[in-house]
Amino acid sequence: MKNARTYQFATKPSIVSTAVSVGPLEKQSPFRPHFDHVYEDERFGEDSNEKGHATLIEDTCKLAIMKGGFQATDIDLFLAGDLVNQMTPTNFAARELATPFMGMFSACATSISSLITASFFLETNQMERILFGSASQHNAVERQFRYPIEYGAQKPPTGQWTVTGAGFGILSQYQRDKPYVHSATIGQVVDCECKDPLDMGSAMAPAAFDTIQQHLSQNKGTSYDFVMTGDLGKNGSAILQELIRTSGVSSYLVDKYRDAGAEFYGNNEKFLSGGSGAGCSASVYYGPIYAELLKKQWKKILLVATGALLSPLSFQQGETIPCIAHAVELTME
Amino acid sequence: MDAKSFQQTVDKIAPKRPVLKNCLKAFLTGGIICGIGQLISFFYMYFFPFTERTSSNPTVSTIIFITMLLTGFGVYKKIGQFGGAGSAVPVTGFGNAMVSAAIEHKSEGFILGVGSNIFKLAGSVIVYGVFSAFIVALIKTILVQMGVINW
Amino acid sequence: MIFSIIIAFVVGGLICVVGQLLFDVAKLTPAHTLSLMVVIGSVLDGFGLYEPFIDFAGAGATVPILSFGNSLTHGAMAEAEKHGLIGVLTGMFEVTSSGISAAIVFGVIAAIIFKSKGKVS
Repeated sequence: MKNARTYQFATKPSIVSTAVSVGPLEKQSPFRPHFDHVYEDERFGEDSNEKGHATLIEDTCKLAIMKGGFQATDIDLFLAGDLVNQMTPTNFAARELATPFMGMFSACATSISSLITASFFLETNQMERILFGSASQHNAVERQFRYPIEYGAQKPPTGQWTVTGAGFGILSQYQRDKPYVHSATIGQVVDCECKDPLDMGSAMAPAAFDTIQQHLSQNKGTSYDFVMTGDLGKNGSAILQELIRTSGVSSYLVDKYRDAGAEFYGNNEKFLSGGSGAGCSASVYYGPIYAELLKKQWKKILLVATGALLSPLSFQQGETIPCIAHAVELTME
Repeated sequence: MDAKSFQQTVDKIAPKRPVLKNCLKAFLTGGIICGIGQLISFFYMYFFPFTERTSSNPTVSTIIFITMLLTGFGVYKKIGQFGGAGSAVPVTGFGNAMVSAAIEHKSEGFILGVGSNIFKLAGSVIVYGVFSAFIVALIKTILVQMGVINW
Repeated sequence: MIFSIIIAFVVGGLICVVGQLLFDVAKLTPAHTLSLMVVIGSVLDGFGLYEPFIDFAGAGATVPILSFGNSLTHGAMAEAEKHGLIGVLTGMFEVTSSGISAAIVFGVIAAIIFKSKGKVS
């Protein structure tokens, strides 16, 4: 069928291990107990933010591999990306991991786009273990997309804080007591002509709505414990809930709706609308949410990571902000 | 989804910028900075041979020095978040733009990093200040030479 | 003296309020707002209005970025008065260099001494 977008995975690829590491500021997160490692140095012992970003990715990947009881040589493929130009932190980490590697870019939705791609690859039965995930480092991303760290620009209440964090997992063949990928919906670019890079939440909400609507229409009758978007933040979440409410699409979802970015830093006003970044959704999905799935606290959840596909240059050229959202349905039997 | 109706939803739900509160904070911050500038001016006029009009040079340099310290110690961005235009419009904003860019790009070295990027944020102010001065002075010079006005 | 400080406070504050409105209502970026203000300062000096403004408001007029535009234009016009058209180019930075030189010098010094820290504001 043309443009199906939603696919079910017959082989039930399972997430067999994960690891999440974060920076010093993320200590304040209510999710902290489920982070494997909290670093004290925001540059992870390196002399530049970008080099530190690469170290963050490398260390977290090695931790995920170790937690699964594997060696780096057991990994058939490394699928990951970040927000920095040309994804150099991920590229440099891939060099250190010395595994087959394909870089992926879906902005902040990379946490889920890498999982979807890994699931398809495993369906072919030609691979056994795929390492997936994404990361972000606050300073490197801010400097690239907005301003130097010490610049005194005033952020509006819709602004978000890029999380310094990495979340990676290993996907393998079906394993009984691990959560598996039941189905996924691939996003399509949605552009509602938002232009403000200090209000990503508003720009991304329509993309999340589009993907959620698509996934639900292909999975009628499925009941979810909750739907969690990646980093719409408090503002974007409110807008998405309004879109869901006014469209009449499964209004029960409004009560079962969560957002990783809005919850990341708790109710601390200093973080404005909440967390964002490729590492935001990854560290929440593959940290606390994965842990709760393992404990069988949830049976079926829908994770919808959102990404804003702009660049500093596109903004300067007066372009709007096109966005995308990718969804994965995780099941724990 | 229709962009116009979506924009209406955004306008309804997104938190508005607190304009009045921001203006008050800007007034306070900008006023304090200029008040301190006035004190510094008096200092230079009293202890050194500067007049009301020429004291602006050392005053501005001193303010930029203070801005460098505040920026370097990570304090300026807190003032910036609070004061908004109150810190951006005085010359502190210009100083912060240059100093923060310089500090940030140290990781690319002093030539390609600091040297090339120091004007990244403040460059437009210098460029359009100079260009505007050129146009204004040119127009005035031509008008004077045509005998329309006097200096 | 106290009176001068109060005037500087009020005038400087009001100019910043205009800037804040440009940020929040006109949704201009800081770069756009400051460029606009520097041009305004330049034009005001073209009309001979900025120097008397400095006499009245003191630091309230010299500290905001508008005074950059004023100094540049003032220098250009002063030289043009003496040497004709070429003075427009030669005179510009005579009066203003302190602000820009200070920013460059202290910027480099800061880059040598400091490192940025991603602390939330």
